[in-house]
Amino acid sequence: MAGIDHAPPPFFKRGPAPLALLTFYIAISLAIFVVDLRFRSLELLRQSIALVVDPVQRVAQTPGSLVDHAATYLQGLQALQQENQLLKHNQLTTAPNLQRLAHLETENERLRKLLAVKEREQANGQVAQILYTARDPFSRKVIVDKGQQAGIVAGQPAIDEAGVVGQVTRVFPFSAEITLITDKDQVVPVQIVRSGQRSVVFGLGNGQLELRYMPANADIEVGDELVTSGLDGIYLPGFPVARVVNIERDNAYSFARIFCVPVAGVENFGEVMVLDPRQPLPPAPPASSGRPGSGDKPSLRSKKRQASGKDN
Amino acid sequence: MQPTFSSSRILLPVRPWFIYFSLIVAALLNFLPTAHWPGMPDWIALVLCFWSIRESRKVGMGWAFVLGLLMDVADGAVLGQHCFAYVLLAYAAAALSRRILWFPLLQQALQVMPLLIGAQVLQALMRLAVGAEFPGWGYFSGPLVATLLWFPATFILLLPQYRPVEQDPNRPI
Repeated sequence: MAGIDHAPPPFFKRGPAPLALLTFYIAISLAIFVVDLRFRSLELLRQSIALVVDPVQRVAQTPGSLVDHAATYLQGLQALQQENQLLKHNQLTTAPNLQRLAHLETENERLRKLLAVKEREQANGQVAQILYTARDPFSRKVIVDKGQQAGIVAGQPAIDEAGVVGQVTRVFPFSAEITLITDKDQVVPVQIVRSGQRSVVFGLGNGQLELRYMPANADIEVGDELVTSGLDGIYLPGFPVARVVNIERDNAYSFARIFCVPVAGVENFGEVMVLDPRQPLPPAPPASSGRPGSGDKPSLRSKKRQASGKDN
Repeated sequence: MQPTFSSSRILLPVRPWFIYFSLIVAALLNFLPTAHWPGMPDWIALVLCFWSIRESRKVGMGWAFVLGLLMDVADGAVLGQHCFAYVLLAYAAAALSRRILWFPLLQQALQVMPLLIGAQVLQALMRLAVGAEFPGWGYFSGPLVATLLWFPATFILLLPQYRPVEQDPNRPI
C-alpha cells in the first residue's frame, strides 16, 4: 500500500484516496446484492444492461451453434432415414389415441356441461428456442429467444415434448430466463398418478428432485409418475414432471426421503414450449373459516405460495 | 532470501484504447460457450488484475465495478456478486502492484494466484451465504488455470508497448 496510499502532492490530481473509493464501491455492491436478492426491485437496471449485453452474448454463442449446425448437416443420410423411420413408427403407435382425442375432448366437454363443471383450460403457448445456459454455476437456468416482444411474462411454465422443464423467472426485451425445475428449491406442485396424492416437489440443484414432507408410511413406490396438480394457478394439471427413482425410509425421521428424476429433457438443448399464463383461479375462501385441526393444510398452502412466489 | 531485481525491458507508454480493447476481448471470451467447461478461467478477472497491477491509475475500481455489473447480468447471477469481487480484486492488485512488479514472472504468478482465488472464493461465499447450491470443486480450478495464463497474458498484453529492437548508438536509452 506504500506506493499509492500516501498523501499526494497537491499538483498531481489523483482523485479520492483508494480506501475511500473501495469503501464506496463495496457499499454499493453489497447494497445492490441485498436489494436484488431480497426485494427484486432492480429488474429495470438488469433489463437495461441486458439490452447491451444480450446481443454481444448471442454473437459470442455463434461459433458453438455453427459447429452444431455443421454437425447436423454432415450427419449421415442413413442416420436421418433411420430417425425418420422411427418417427413414422412412433406416429403410427400413437395414432389410435390421437385420432380418438378430438372425439374424447368433445365428449368430455359435453359431459362437463351436463355436470355443470367448469370447462377445462386449453393449453396454448409459443415455441421458443434455448439460446444458451446461464453461466452462473450456482443455479440452473437457460435463456430462450422470446421475451417481452413476444408477450412472455414472468411465471409462465415451459414444457418440452416429455414434460415440464421449468418456469420463466425473468423477462428481457428479446429474451427470457427460464429457471429449470432442477434448480435448488424450485418448487412444482404435483400429484402422484397412481394414488392421486398431492404434494410438492423441490429441485435439489444436482439434477434430481425431492418429494418432501411425505410421511414415512406414505403410499409411494419407485417408478411412480408425478404430474402437475394444477393447484397453484401456474401449471395446468396433468403435465408429467418426474419419476420416483429412490426412496429412503428411515424410522428416525417422520418424513421419507423420496428422490425423483425429471421426465423432460431438462438439461438438454433444443426447443421448449412456453405456455400461456393460466386464467386466474377463483378467489380462495376467507382465512377465518380455517379449521384448527388440519395440520398439513397450512403447510401445503404455504408451499404453494412459495411456488407461485418464485415468479415475481 | 532477498529477491534480486532483474532489469526488465523499457516499455512504451500504454495506449488507453488497447486497455479498453483487451477488456472487451476478455468479456467476449467470458461470454463464449466454452465458459461451461471445467477449469475455464474468468478472463475479465485476469485482465483486470493485470491492468490493475500495471496501470492502477487508468484501470481501477470504477472499471471493476462496471465490468462486474456486466458479468452479473450476463451470468444471470445476483447483481453485485461480481462487482464486489472485482472491486476488491482491483484494490488488492493496485495495493500490491509495487511489490509484485519487482519480481520475475514466475513469482509474479505465484503472488497473483491468491488474488484470483480470493475473488472466486468471495463469490462462492456470497452465494452460499444466501442459500445457493455448492457448485463443486471444479469451480475453484479456474483461478489456477488463470495463474498459468499469467505468462502468455503478460506477453500479449504488453506486446504493443515493446520498443522495436534496433541498435541506435546515438539514442541515450
